[in-house]
Amino acid sequence: MATFKEFRNNVKPNWCPGCGDFSVQAAIQRAAANVGLEPEQLAVISGIGCSGRISGYINAYGLHGIHGRALPIAQGVKLANRELTVIASGGDGDGFAIGMGHTVHAIRRNLDVTYIVMDNQIYGLTKGQTSPRSAEGFKTKSTPEGSIEHTLSPLEIAMSAGATFVAQSFSSDLKQLTTLIEEGIKHKGFSLINVFSPCVTFNKVNTYDWFKENIVNLEQFPDYDSSNRIAAMNKIMETHGMLTGLIYQDKSRKSYEDLAVGFKEQGLAKQKLELSREQFDKLLAEFK
Amino acid sequence: MISQLSWKIGGQQGEGVESTDRIFSTALNRLGYYLYGYRHFSSRIKGGHTNNKIRISTSPIRAISDDLDILVAFDQETIDLNAKELREGGVIVADAKFSPTVPEGVSARLFAVPITAIAEELGTSLMKNMVASGASWALLGLPLEVFNKAVEEEFGRKGPAIVEKNVEAVRRGAEFVLEQAGGPLEEFKLEPADGVQKLFMIGNEAIGLGAIAGGCRLMSAYPITPASEIMEYLIKKLPKFGGTVVQTEDEIAAATMAIGANYAGVRTMTASAGPGLSLMMEAIGLSGMTETPLVIVDTQRGGPSTGLPTKQEQSDINALIYGTHGEIPKLVVAPSTIEECFYDMVEAFNVAEEYQIPVIVATDLQLSLGKQSCDVLDYDSVRINRGKLVEGELPPLEEHRMFKRYELTENGVSPRVLPGMKNGIHHVTGVEHDQEGRPSESAVNRAKMMDKRLNKIKNLRVTNAVKVHAEQKDADVLIVAMGSTGGTIEEARTRLTKDGVKTAHVTVRQMFPFPSELLEPHLKSAKQIMVLENNATGQLANLIKQNLGYHDKIKNVLKYDGTPFLPSEVYKACKELI
Ligand SMILES: Cc1ncc(C[n+]2csc(CCOP(=O)(O)OP(=O)(O)O)c2C)c(N)n1
Ligand code: SF4
Repeated sequence: MATFKEFRNNVKPNWCPGCGDFSVQAAIQRAAANVGLEPEQLAVISGIGCSGRISGYINAYGLHGIHGRALPIAQGVKLANRELTVIASGGDGDGFAIGMGHTVHAIRRNLDVTYIVMDNQIYGLTKGQTSPRSAEGFKTKSTPEGSIEHTLSPLEIAMSAGATFVAQSFSSDLKQLTTLIEEGIKHKGFSLINVFSPCVTFNKVNTYDWFKENIVNLEQFPDYDSSNRIAAMNKIMETHGMLTGLIYQDKSRKSYEDLAVGFKEQGLAKQKLELSREQFDKLLAEFK
Repeated sequence: MISQLSWKIGGQQGEGVESTDRIFSTALNRLGYYLYGYRHFSSRIKGGHTNNKIRISTSPIRAISDDLDILVAFDQETIDLNAKELREGGVIVADAKFSPTVPEGVSARLFAVPITAIAEELGTSLMKNMVASGASWALLGLPLEVFNKAVEEEFGRKGPAIVEKNVEAVRRGAEFVLEQAGGPLEEFKLEPADGVQKLFMIGNEAIGLGAIAGGCRLMSAYPITPASEIMEYLIKKLPKFGGTVVQTEDEIAAATMAIGANYAGVRTMTASAGPGLSLMMEAIGLSGMTETPLVIVDTQRGGPSTGLPTKQEQSDINALIYGTHGEIPKLVVAPSTIEECFYDMVEAFNVAEEYQIPVIVATDLQLSLGKQSCDVLDYDSVRINRGKLVEGELPPLEEHRMFKRYELTENGVSPRVLPGMKNGIHHVTGVEHDQEGRPSESAVNRAKMMDKRLNKIKNLRVTNAVKVHAEQKDADVLIVAMGSTGGTIEEARTRLTKDGVKTAHVTVRQMFPFPSELLEPHLKSAKQIMVLENNATGQLANLIKQNLGYHDKIKNVLKYDGTPFLPSEVYKACKELI
């Protein structure tokens, strides 16, 4: 069985020292090993941004695509070969601005893909513009007078879009993050894991210390029932989305792969491509 | 007896024009006639004039006709809009309910049949299309049993009572008109057909068939006119082969999902029209840059913007060739017949994998939606070639090395492994990368990788990249066209030949990379060149000029009013030129 070290490659990340994304990378590597994957059984599909580089830093199959489109690509991979474990990942701009349409629909579609968002409330790669996750009043290069748009709540959106797995974590809590990614991988359906992953270079407000002060861990509520949709929505609203842990999981709903008529157990990529003469003639006969 | 005839039915959209046309043509196909259909419709679902025209012939035809023999009209608007198309002595079969009149200057025979009245008598005005088609079928003197069989198939699912009622409607329509006309019309008596049933389909169905035969097992797409039938066909068929269709949230998702699936090893396609293609451009670049196979069908329609969504045009060629930023290898192929729709799809999937490039198959609306007879499609010519896809086991990689997915090879195509394969791990990125897929900004690497990718397609030529219909060294004019226009030109040429005008004719099927060496000999020997296209700026003519010159010889004939060329227009343009 592979250890987390086997999920490392020798590519040196070009992230700034202290960037939250390092921990996310480590957590994915650990989670993959913990659930018993071999590197070739994992495909990490990422978008564009500082965070999007993550697929290149993990020894697994990986595709670094275009801005905002990690999810449709990842879903294509999963449709093609459901035997692979597919992780999609990227930044909050990638997933909640340019790619928001895909996020909502990937949630609805419920293909078995684990989506990890590195949420730093800012655009890192393009050097510090506002993101849909930026707080109102937040000053950035593109909002010199402070952001005047409402902050988007991905957790509420996910819940209302019918998510079957919603979790949130924090880069500093490697243990919780690793466990949640493992749970997400094991979940049969789409899982969203939003990770507070501080940008130390461009976001001087939402820092590690700020998060430590402002987030509540769901462990503090022993009675919390993550299978209760209403309780989950209440908790998200009560905490203004500043909570970590497994927020909601619906184990009863089948994944897209299991619902699609005629969809094979074995990866589509392994199906025979040729038609028999008989199959071909049968198709033609319908046009007579 | 005559060997060919044109029949048209028109009314308000949603009034049964489609289903009447379907049953009428199915019955004709049973008798073995060659058919070629043309749909005139608007973007509305209900209301608005719509008509379907069928050309019926005892020999193969691939064009609509200039004129019309029989017009079946559900309303006066249909007569007013279409009667001028009727030839001398043509026939109108119309509903007596609206007291039809023949417009001034039209010499047609009018049969006013109580279409609605008969249908209502039988229980529902819905059956008026059956009364009307029965009447026009009877005028042609064709066997009623064959027609009834088609009716049975159309309504069989709804039970014998419904079938019976419809058969009765047909009989009543036929009876009424035969009495009025005193029997079938001699001048419209068709020579018997060969009795061999042809395949009868629209281009979009041929595309769907070709995709399945070509190994496509997944389609991701977003609905749009005139592409949706491809998705609708595959939704019905792919699950039977373990495949599936995903209706995505938009065309960006459709194209990128197809990229993900192709990367992971399934032959996957998407299909759209101009607006969707515009949205896919960035994804096409990703496919080109990461050398991930991708097959896209563009069913061209009237642009720009929403343009004329239900009308004919061939105006996406520039966008398909130049649309993506940066420079990538790709193939743009334009089938020109229904058979080519099938074969080109098989080839598209092969080329996409053999060359590891995006392939765009561009039809036009008339080819995609015109229902027509199709030659036998040959099972034995279908071959699946997956190119340099690595199968079997790979040797272990050295520590910290990845599989050289982008290995520099002689022809630029590198071995490709699918995710899941042991010892095949590599990186894929739209960022410039080295042979293992690692991002690289090295100038030396950049130049090598650009050359590698772009050189792959230098010698790429699809089957019949330039299709030669007729070669004549001493021709007065060489006619060059693309897409569905070829059949119309052939028809015009028959008339021109009768007049003693010598013409040559080629169809350009490969738009990019441009098959200059295949086209050049034809241009060289031509006295004059006429390039016919359904767009306003002469995109094909410009491609020819850009690649080969011949500016002084080329005369561009353009039509961009939303309708395909008619044989008479081609004939006239040729006559004017010489
Ligand atoms: C279509 C397109 N538009 C814009 C960009 C430029 N761009 C690259 S990354 C990015 C946003 C990065 O922010 P985020 O997704 O939050 O990721 P981070 O860098 O913060 O990890 C933008 C706007 C692009 N690459 N593609
Ligand atoms: S700019 Fe911010 S997000 Fe990007 S690497 Fe640096 S710290 Fe991380």
